[in-house]
Amino acid sequence: MNVITPTENKWIGARTVRPDGADKVTGRAAYAADTTMPGMIWGKVLRSPHAHAIIKSIDTSKAEALPGVKAVVTAKDIVDFPVDKSVMLGIQDMRWMCRNVMAREKALFHGHPIAAVAATTEATAAEACKLIEVEYEVLPHVIEIEDAIKPDAPILHDFLKHEGKPSNIAGTMVAKLGDIEQGFAEADVVIERTFRTRPVHQGYIEPQACTVSYAPDGRATIWSSSQGQFMVRAMTSLLTGVPQSNIRAIPAEIGGGFGAKTIIYLEPVALLLSKKSGRPVKMVMSRDEVMRATGPTSGSFSTVKIGAKKDGTIVAAQGTFYLQAGCLPGSPLRGPVGCSFAPYAIPHVLSVGYDVVSNRSKVAAYRAPGAPLGAYATECVLDELAEKLGIDPLELRHRNSAKTGMKAAYGATFNQVTFEETIEAIQNHEHYKSPLEKNPRPGIKRGRGVASGFWYNAGGESSAQVNLTEDGNVVVTTGHPDVGGSRASIANVTAELLGVEHDRVSVIIGDTASIGFSNLTGGSRVTFASAMVVTQSVEKVIGQLKERAAKIWKIDPEAVIYENGACRPAGPNAGQFPPLALKDLAAKANETGGPIGAGVQLNTQGADPGFATHVVDVEVDVDLGIVRVLRYTAAQDVGRALHPSYVEGQIQGGVVQGIGWALSEEYLYDRQGRLDNANFLDYRMPVCSDVPMIEAVVLEIPNPRHPQGVKGVGEAPIVPPLAAIANAVYDALGRRFYSLPMSPPKVTEVMDMKLAAE
Amino acid sequence: MTEIRYLAPRTLEDAVSAFAAAQGAASGTARILAGGTDLLVQMRAGVVQPGTIIDIKKIEEVTAITEQPDGSFVIGAAVSGATLHDHPRFGKVWPGVLEAVNLIGSKQVQGRASPGGNLCNASPAGDSVPAMIAAGAVVTVQGPNGRRTLPVEKVPAGPGRTTLTPGEILVSFTLPARPAGSGDAYLRMIPRTEMDIAVVGCGVNLTMAGGKVTAARVGLGAVAPVPLLVEDAAKALIGSTLDEAALEAAAAACRAACNPINDKRGTIAYRTKVAGVLLKRTAAIAAERAGRK
Amino acid sequence: MAKVHVTTTINGEPTEFLCEPQQSLLDALRNNLGLTGTKEGCGTGDCGACSITLDGRLTCSCLVLAVEADGHSIGTIEGMAQGDKLHPLQRKFLEMAALQCGICTPGVLIAARALLEKNPNPTETEVRFGLAGNLCRCTGYDKIVRAVMDTAAEMRETAS
Repeated sequence: MNVITPTENKWIGARTVRPDGADKVTGRAAYAADTTMPGMIWGKVLRSPHAHAIIKSIDTSKAEALPGVKAVVTAKDIVDFPVDKSVMLGIQDMRWMCRNVMAREKALFHGHPIAAVAATTEATAAEACKLIEVEYEVLPHVIEIEDAIKPDAPILHDFLKHEGKPSNIAGTMVAKLGDIEQGFAEADVVIERTFRTRPVHQGYIEPQACTVSYAPDGRATIWSSSQGQFMVRAMTSLLTGVPQSNIRAIPAEIGGGFGAKTIIYLEPVALLLSKKSGRPVKMVMSRDEVMRATGPTSGSFSTVKIGAKKDGTIVAAQGTFYLQAGCLPGSPLRGPVGCSFAPYAIPHVLSVGYDVVSNRSKVAAYRAPGAPLGAYATECVLDELAEKLGIDPLELRHRNSAKTGMKAAYGATFNQVTFEETIEAIQNHEHYKSPLEKNPRPGIKRGRGVASGFWYNAGGESSAQVNLTEDGNVVVTTGHPDVGGSRASIANVTAELLGVEHDRVSVIIGDTASIGFSNLTGGSRVTFASAMVVTQSVEKVIGQLKERAAKIWKIDPEAVIYENGACRPAGPNAGQFPPLALKDLAAKANETGGPIGAGVQLNTQGADPGFATHVVDVEVDVDLGIVRVLRYTAAQDVGRALHPSYVEGQIQGGVVQGIGWALSEEYLYDRQGRLDNANFLDYRMPVCSDVPMIEAVVLEIPNPRHPQGVKGVGEAPIVPPLAAIANAVYDALGRRFYSLPMSPPKVTEVMDMKLAAE
Repeated sequence: MTEIRYLAPRTLEDAVSAFAAAQGAASGTARILAGGTDLLVQMRAGVVQPGTIIDIKKIEEVTAITEQPDGSFVIGAAVSGATLHDHPRFGKVWPGVLEAVNLIGSKQVQGRASPGGNLCNASPAGDSVPAMIAAGAVVTVQGPNGRRTLPVEKVPAGPGRTTLTPGEILVSFTLPARPAGSGDAYLRMIPRTEMDIAVVGCGVNLTMAGGKVTAARVGLGAVAPVPLLVEDAAKALIGSTLDEAALEAAAAACRAACNPINDKRGTIAYRTKVAGVLLKRTAAIAAERAGRK
Repeated sequence: MAKVHVTTTINGEPTEFLCEPQQSLLDALRNNLGLTGTKEGCGTGDCGACSITLDGRLTCSCLVLAVEADGHSIGTIEGMAQGDKLHPLQRKFLEMAALQCGICTPGVLIAARALLEKNPNPTETEVRFGLAGNLCRCTGYDKIVRAVMDTAAEMRETAS
């Protein structure tokens, strides 16, 4: 049962049909690989066959001589950002991006781009790649964190120093509160455990793709799949030297991103190939390339220590999180360091993160970057703590919930904490109250687990334009790629505020030339931020409508109100006039002063964090070690569900990604440092028959700092599942799992060890 | 780039001569195309680059399912899993073989993938092979020197290799007539519920009379370079009432027969353990289907 | 490279095209025929985004050679609606928000239609296994399964 607060609204909260829906169910929607251009040719990337090697020379002459080849690009063509000076674009350092897009001094992972070719057919381009002669000096490689931080580990980058010495530890992050030593001294019970997680891929079904046309006048047009057309423009500009004003980035429909498409791989390369060849160039990654060479999220090696009083009051928490950055710095340390203890009121906290490079593809953002692996460690330790103290695990969390006005270790002071509400929603849910038969059949054991999660959420820059058409309908343009239904939410808000029927509102995503700067689709910010700028734009439009009505009625605009889609006199004193509907005023726009429309550009503020609490039942086939999820309930405060279906969809999708992370997904490398499962057969994302229905308990506690009360939704749901499932497996088997995924061989191994011990 | 030829002969004779000629030619290897669900993936990955592709699906004999008057079944090598599934009789007589064939890939893959391709692809983990071995299937092959038959377990020679000689094409599987009181079953272990390659596959075929096993065959997949016929496991079952001791003896025989590798899909220890677990579970289903009489 | 002439029927329309012998049907649909509604997610038959029907049988178009389509009949997402009338599955997917990014949606719809043609009254388990060849990374499958079951119920009602 979903808890939806009844409202007076007609469209906000309504399950309307999404504006982009018909195109998507009929195959019309144009994704990045669906674009073609007259005269278009195909680009392909030559990738490193080695995990770690010095590139001594590259000879492209044979490739260039192959009939049909029109251009070849190497790192020489990409703008170099010297390693000694940081140049930031958002959270991305261009020193690393330029080396990620094309290997410069060294090939740093198997699959690292070395060169790229454009040719008249895809097959010719691939053939030409084979003709490029690269001389490598193969170096020893390192894959795992534990190996990379050893004193004698092969060093990836001499310029990276830790404690004064060349190191694979590229950076650290610390969050502190109180005095950690004092905190543990006050504790009656202390539990400390070490956890490991493997890198997992975002697993979007649409591989990265783009088509780029560079015209002789120096202007480039980019069609690509990304989580931000403005990011595509800026990063391509930085990496190619083409000014931003000369690049028009057109967002194609995006076939999933989950954070991964907040950086780019192909666009600058395709632009340079187009510039050299004089032809539009299309590049589409294969699945193998996506898995091998785009960023998964970090694997981790974490130690969490929590101390509590006998009554369950947590007094100290310490976390040490080593994260895999891949081959270049940039792990999402902020996730585990900041989020792990944030939901709890703990006086003494020390949280330290280490960014560790190794010979893997550079990580990219993945849904609540880094937070799930921190929560996995923390929420599993809390489960042990609850057991040791004899307190219900939800009750333990409830007792220690952070409160509004408190300062978190990561620095922020909470405006609104709704954590307790999510815990209570699960405590009161029939799922949590219902008995679970622990041994339904011989060889089958069942267990139940809970866990909570936190995500910061975000505001930031957004732009919107709301225009009335001459026939009295509404077109809204925003600047964020729509990954999961944000257009549907914006259509609801606009129809509601303007008092018009939903089908009279169109919502489109503008390109970089048609809408003002809008930051990435990420951080669970888009619905929050775009609803804010759209609301302000609509308010301006309503102001214009009132002025036009006032002009027609020859009264003061102050004496006009806008209600139910029409201007009306504010009261009897204003005069007696029949209402002027939006449609009437649009028809008279030219005679009353010109077109009606308004835009707003804003650095949005007021995004409060998201809290989630989950409960899961699992079933384990003990002899085979197979864990299946039987039932899953996820409660989350969403502020306000502008379109409940897509809010639920975010929660359901995030949970199932978490299930994959917990049970079956992992990056596997062979001894040569080559990814061994770069396909959907052996990189095991959950399929439809692996999972049950996911019940989303949508709590609507309005965010007071947003016009509709919206909070970010998309990321918090992937934070609790790892620990919730691990805790459920413990409940079933009486054994704790300190490393993910809980794959069948691992489960049987632990169970056989248990049998041997008993 | 090498020129690729696509041929779709209508007779086996034409297919065999084209195959033999192409294999002898300098233009590179020739490949038989049945369902294509392995071949196209290998071509895309660059693992194979055939000079000639010979599509055998236009040949009647390799796409037919025939129930013979004596009760045996002849299944064309290129019959798709979905077609076999739709046959009104086959699944009633050989439910274990059918469930194995129907586990080769997704519903989409089922529309194309064939038991012949599954066998000739010679993966140690092909799902249909252990069930076919348990069923006692005999394959018919045709080559430049005519036809021959051999037991299905004699076809795989190692990962990716078969014992077929140059120019030979797999034509069909013949599954023998069933005595009364027979049942077969196939189970595999995969981490997900679908879309995985077997970590271990086990086929069991039993005939029972008076509560005792009178005949048994056991096939195991993914535990050795080739799918195995585990005769010791069958011996342990024959004469028993499928009591725990007999099942444990057969499971032990399965474990002993294992010679697996550690790879991304499973460890040696895990595969060995699971072979025994699956034997017991598969035998129980087969016995149920045999009527346990 | 010598191209091969293929005569086929696509969504009921007689169609001819030229392709290379090793080209996949998916590639030919998208790049030779402009039918880009069929998507490529993996190219190895593991994601189902390229699902089509070949003589009514569900298959992955990435696992079929384009030349194999000669003399056969192909169904793609572009042929699912009848004119401006959406197929009941398409309509339900919209009403029940059974898509987010939408890249898997054409393949899921083709697979769901094939499922319902064989089994008009599937259980949840049957729907889940029937769609196990179609990866969706956005929805967690919940709303997809509900939409398919709802459509099935509606189609049974309409038929009776």
